Amino acid sequence: MNRYFRELSVTAALGLVLLGLAVFAPAFYQPQPLLSLATREAPTLVVMCGMALVIICRQIDISVGSQFSVCSVCAGLLAARGWPLFLVVPASAAIGAVLGSLNGLLIAGLRLPSIVVTLATMVTLRQGLNLVRQGEFVNLPDGVQWFGLSQATGQWVLVAAALLLLVTMGLALRHLAAGRWIYAVGSDTEAARLAGIRPQFVTFLVFVIMGALTGLAATMNLVQSPQIQPLTGAGLELKVIAAVVVGGVAISGGRGNLWGAFAGLLLLACISPALTHLHIEAYWEKAIQGAIILLAVVADGLRQRTGGQR
Amino acid sequence: MARGPQPAPKPMAATPSTPAPLLSLRGVAKSFGGVRALRGVDFDLQAGEVHALLGENGAGKSTLIKVITGAHQPDAGEITLAGRMLGGLTPALAQQLGIACIYQQPALFPDLTVAENIGLRLEPAAAIRRIGWQRRRALAAELLARIGAHISPEAEVRALSMPEQQLVEIAGAVGAGARVVVMDEPTASLTNREQERLFTIVRELRAAGVGVIYISHRLEEIFALADRVTVLRDGASVGTHGVSDMTEAGLIKLMVGREVAQLYPPAESTPGEIVLKLAGVGCADSGVHGVNLEVRAGEIFGLAGLVGAGRTELARVLFGITPVTAGVITLGGKTIAPRSPQEAVSHGIAYVPEDRRRHGVVLEMPISENMTMAIHPRLFPGAWLRFGAERSLALDFIRDLAVKCSGCDAPGGSLSGGNQQKVSLARWLATKPRLLILDEPTQGVDVGAKSEIHRIIRRLAKDGLAVLMISSDLPEVLGMGDRIGVMRGGTLTTVLPGGAPASTVMAAALGQDENKGAA
Repeated sequence: MNRYFRELSVTAALGLVLLGLAVFAPAFYQPQPLLSLATREAPTLVVMCGMALVIICRQIDISVGSQFSVCSVCAGLLAARGWPLFLVVPASAAIGAVLGSLNGLLIAGLRLPSIVVTLATMVTLRQGLNLVRQGEFVNLPDGVQWFGLSQATGQWVLVAAALLLLVTMGLALRHLAAGRWIYAVGSDTEAARLAGIRPQFVTFLVFVIMGALTGLAATMNLVQSPQIQPLTGAGLELKVIAAVVVGGVAISGGRGNLWGAFAGLLLLACISPALTHLHIEAYWEKAIQGAIILLAVVADGLRQRTGGQR
Repeated sequence: MARGPQPAPKPMAATPSTPAPLLSLRGVAKSFGGVRALRGVDFDLQAGEVHALLGENGAGKSTLIKVITGAHQPDAGEITLAGRMLGGLTPALAQQLGIACIYQQPALFPDLTVAENIGLRLEPAAAIRRIGWQRRRALAAELLARIGAHISPEAEVRALSMPEQQLVEIAGAVGAGARVVVMDEPTASLTNREQERLFTIVRELRAAGVGVIYISHRLEEIFALADRVTVLRDGASVGTHGVSDMTEAGLIKLMVGREVAQLYPPAESTPGEIVLKLAGVGCADSGVHGVNLEVRAGEIFGLAGLVGAGRTELARVLFGITPVTAGVITLGGKTIAPRSPQEAVSHGIAYVPEDRRRHGVVLEMPISENMTMAIHPRLFPGAWLRFGAERSLALDFIRDLAVKCSGCDAPGGSLSGGNQQKVSLARWLATKPRLLILDEPTQGVDVGAKSEIHRIIRRLAKDGLAVLMISSDLPEVLGMGDRIGVMRGGTLTTVLPGGAPASTVMAAALGQDENKGAA
């Protein structure tokens, strides 16, 4: 079977959906709603890039939604204090990196299972934020929304930035030795260690990158609205994990790439507007998304059973 | 069960006139992939005898036991228990029929109590039933008392010592009314006193009419305990003898007894200067201690010994996985103490690990990426991958080592065992080492690929590499080693010249004086 079978099949499924929409609901292809859809998904795409690295490394991070909230609120407060955006963005990424390094230290340093560690940090960050903020919204000053540009320009900037990041990360994962290390550690930690790669260091770094990207994504969300509510980002972890898994990144680590994950994200993101345009009840959205995820996992399971041994 | 302490004073050899055997195996064969682990084994166990099973590493003892306990299904052959043919034996069925196995590492549930462990084994397997806690405790206490073990039924198994856990298993087997008890190296981790107590229990089992299959590498135990002994070699039985008719030397000869010779490529190199020198090397964590040896450039130093003798542990010390804590390692005249694999690689040490499916080849990765995994800093200065360089290096190795594959992009998992081993070897040769440590280089590899790998190793030595080759395959060590070191109990006990007789190496590995009892 082709090595990129999973990526190709997701892309084919996406193509089919887009084709179906072109035939049955050409209204889907109006530029303005599409741009809005892309803008809404831009922060998700950035978080997804980090999550793909984490899962390729045979880890998981379910605390990204909470990290996203914390970064959003912190960035919002900084902006409200009058910090310029070109300082708020790196500051938010740095806060995310610190949160990620906390996960990384516990997981790589103490060798704790990532599902438990990030479950704990997810709850702790979320509740800590609630406690401190008491559900209060952060009102953003003028000039933050759309970077002070017109809405359309702002949207283009966000989408372009997210795509640029995707391409950079995708190329780095393939063309940097460090990218190769992530695959090696995710496939076989012991083999990687014997080959002179430091698995714990790689794992730590992956969580730091995950956090930084989440912080960055929080600012990309920040500029889209006049205020930040503390629940922003809830459920984000499930969305990105779903996209990554649908896109052919093996949950058992060591396999997959960002292009597939991107196709997975587009596929899942298209469902909701497609339903609207096809006049199907919106209740179907989650059911269809769930079915797609299930299909992807079953495909992986079958692949492992047949392709695991020569 | 044993109705009182009556240690049978002298084992009696079962006479040919004994009635039909309790357990009988006829022509049992089993293959794993292309490797024939058992090739038609005949084996008889009488009721009330201790029957020892002997053979070097990989002779097929474990496989035979797993067939008897139902863990493996034989490909061919018949198993008869008390005159009844057994087909499709499963572990559950074997237990039900009264076949119990006591493994070297007790298979108990560490978080449960002794009584719960015994209860789980003896009580009906229905998921929904009332547990009679009182009865369960009383039964466990009675069984433990019967075998003379002073263990509380309430104790958590985790807190028990290894020998105590063994006793719990034996109590369980006794309680299950086992007719056949298999003991796989039960004394490996016992002190002398614990061993004596175990022997008493085994003799009581025998007196009660239980058939005991006893596996041990310690010949003196076999002479002390067993009535008959069956020797396995290369997956076939080479004969069953009454223990009283045998000598230790005779047994060793039976275990080894084959011509080594011609299968192996002859030595072509003359050893050069000393590359590796160990003086009193030890590691507190892994039990290696006081190892002295020298390996020269162009020399293959074969490292023999039984499983658990400390050979892999020594390799891991040299490669910095469990760093050295005592003694001096000198490589090419320089004293080193590698604390990590990277450091060992930078000194010019390469280690092709034992379990290639787990630690050698990354199955999802293409061959080319597998081969360059250990040389990223050198092949990719500046951290940018150079796919052209990687590809040409991989193609060179594929040609050089004759790796059979569909191309250098094929995933490691698509290769056969022998070709995976070549990929693993290539990864380490790419580091351009001065010392190559091979751990079981041909384990689970078919015969053709095996001799290919042997030729490659010879060629590498000829090119001036110092090779330290660990192998449990005695003929391989004898055929390939220019010198042969034998490890036992965590240290190097003997160094023999190449071409030493197999029986001498085996005797050293077993810790026997070869001449003892030979006369």
